[in-house]
Amino acid sequence: MKYMLLIYGNEEAFGSIGAEALAELIRETDALNQELFESGELVGAYGMADQLNSKMVRVAGGTPVVTDGPFAEAKEYLGSFTILDCENLERALEIAARNPSARHWGVEVRPLMHEATLEP
Amino acid sequence: MTDWRAVRRLVPEVLGALVRRYGRFDACEDAVQEALVAAAAQWPVEGWPESPRAWLVTVATRRLADHVRSDAARRRREEADALRTPPPPAGGEEHDDTLTLLFLCCHPALTPPSQIALTLRAVGGLSTAEIARAFLVPEATMAQRISRAKQRIKAAGAGFALPPPAEQAARLAVVLQVIYLVFNEGYTATSGTRLVRAELTAEAIRLARDLHRLVPGDGEVAGLLGLLLLTDARRRARTAPDGSLVPLSEQDRTLWDTEAIAEGVALVTAALASGPIGPYQLQAAIAAVHDEAPTADVTDWPQILALYTVLERVAPNPAVTLNRAVAVAEVHGPAAGLALLDTVAADGRIAVSHHLVSVRAHLLELAGDRDAARAGYREAARRTTSEPERRHLLTRAARLG
Repeated sequence: MKYMLLIYGNEEAFGSIGAEALAELIRETDALNQELFESGELVGAYGMADQLNSKMVRVAGGTPVVTDGPFAEAKEYLGSFTILDCENLERALEIAARNPSARHWGVEVRPLMHEATLEP
Repeated sequence: MTDWRAVRRLVPEVLGALVRRYGRFDACEDAVQEALVAAAAQWPVEGWPESPRAWLVTVATRRLADHVRSDAARRRREEADALRTPPPPAGGEEHDDTLTLLFLCCHPALTPPSQIALTLRAVGGLSTAEIARAFLVPEATMAQRISRAKQRIKAAGAGFALPPPAEQAARLAVVLQVIYLVFNEGYTATSGTRLVRAELTAEAIRLARDLHRLVPGDGEVAGLLGLLLLTDARRRARTAPDGSLVPLSEQDRTLWDTEAIAEGVALVTAALASGPIGPYQLQAAIAAVHDEAPTADVTDWPQILALYTVLERVAPNPAVTLNRAVAVAEVHGPAAGLALLDTVAADGRIAVSHHLVSVRAHLLELAGDRDAARAGYREAARRTTSEPERRHLLTRAARLG
């Protein structure tokens, strides 16, 4: 089963724990990701570039229109995400609890849709 | 022999020959995979060898020796030299190591995803890339999963031998579960992944067939093979051209595979007659009752209800109770089915499951309560994590206006 672990926040939240703690948090996250890669459960883990780099693409009348943004109307934005392929929800929750961000901002766990279904 | 699938079928034999001679399941398994890669590159160009099995044994042994030699710091040189003598090729003593390999790959120290991956590679002969494609993960992820699985087997101290007789029944149950999960992964509806995954269904049936050949007296093995055949027989009818699911009651039954049905029915009939009865036999028997009905409205629901009642006793499980509720509704009317669901809902394990919600919606539809049924299908669609099922539930909601 595949799950996406999402970490939301904003500049203030990510900055509030101090540079040293943030560096330690990144080291701990890297170590956890390496462990999950070695166990064959990690599909991918990515940090998002700052919102400043966001673009919005809309197609109007067959023509793509690219604009900057959207910028922080929301209080929190997506900071990073991890995709896991693991045994079940319990295992995904266990992995989320080991993510150091869970001690600060929380980690959202969302199942990804799968294709399997035995019936009919 | 110029059929690649037939070559893959040699993998347990080739791997068994190496492991019996040299031990080291993990290194031998890598060597056999490398030999397969070499064969895929060379045979189409240079022609197929007279004995593919002997070719694979020789090349895999050479690869194994190369690995051992390159590991010379930790290994004695004589050991590597000993590997230069390949095991005797085909003929002579006959060994079928498939069963030993299945027990090893489905070792209880592994999680189900690891058991599945290792079984497909070491018994099914699929490459890591093929398995990764089937499960929609990067090849590196799958390679790690397989390598970690082999480390765990080694750490658990599992040797290349059948488990002691006292453990065999429990270990066989794990093997059956793994084969069932492989089938379930492959038995999927959407077009994007259908081609790769259809191979998993075929692979699961092949594994079940092998297992049935090796332990013909086991009723649950026969039951699983029967269940897979009776389910797979409906494959062509269960998806519409747009990839959406067609419910059993609306399938074009002329598309069903009559040969597979006949084989599945024969298997389950023989297994049930010889006992003891187990959950795979009962599920196969239920599938057989469906498959033997020429049209949906002549389905023998009292028989299905009786089988679910036994199944619930043999293997109590909320999902079985939900299916029994559908059978109760067909035999005694939707109100009786809904009453049973109310008792099920009290069970914490299933209270929020989308299965409960969708079965309730189905029974409400049978009872003529269209509004409640529509709301139920929509709620179940929100709860499920299966894409084909979500589309199916939304379609059923839309039909009710």
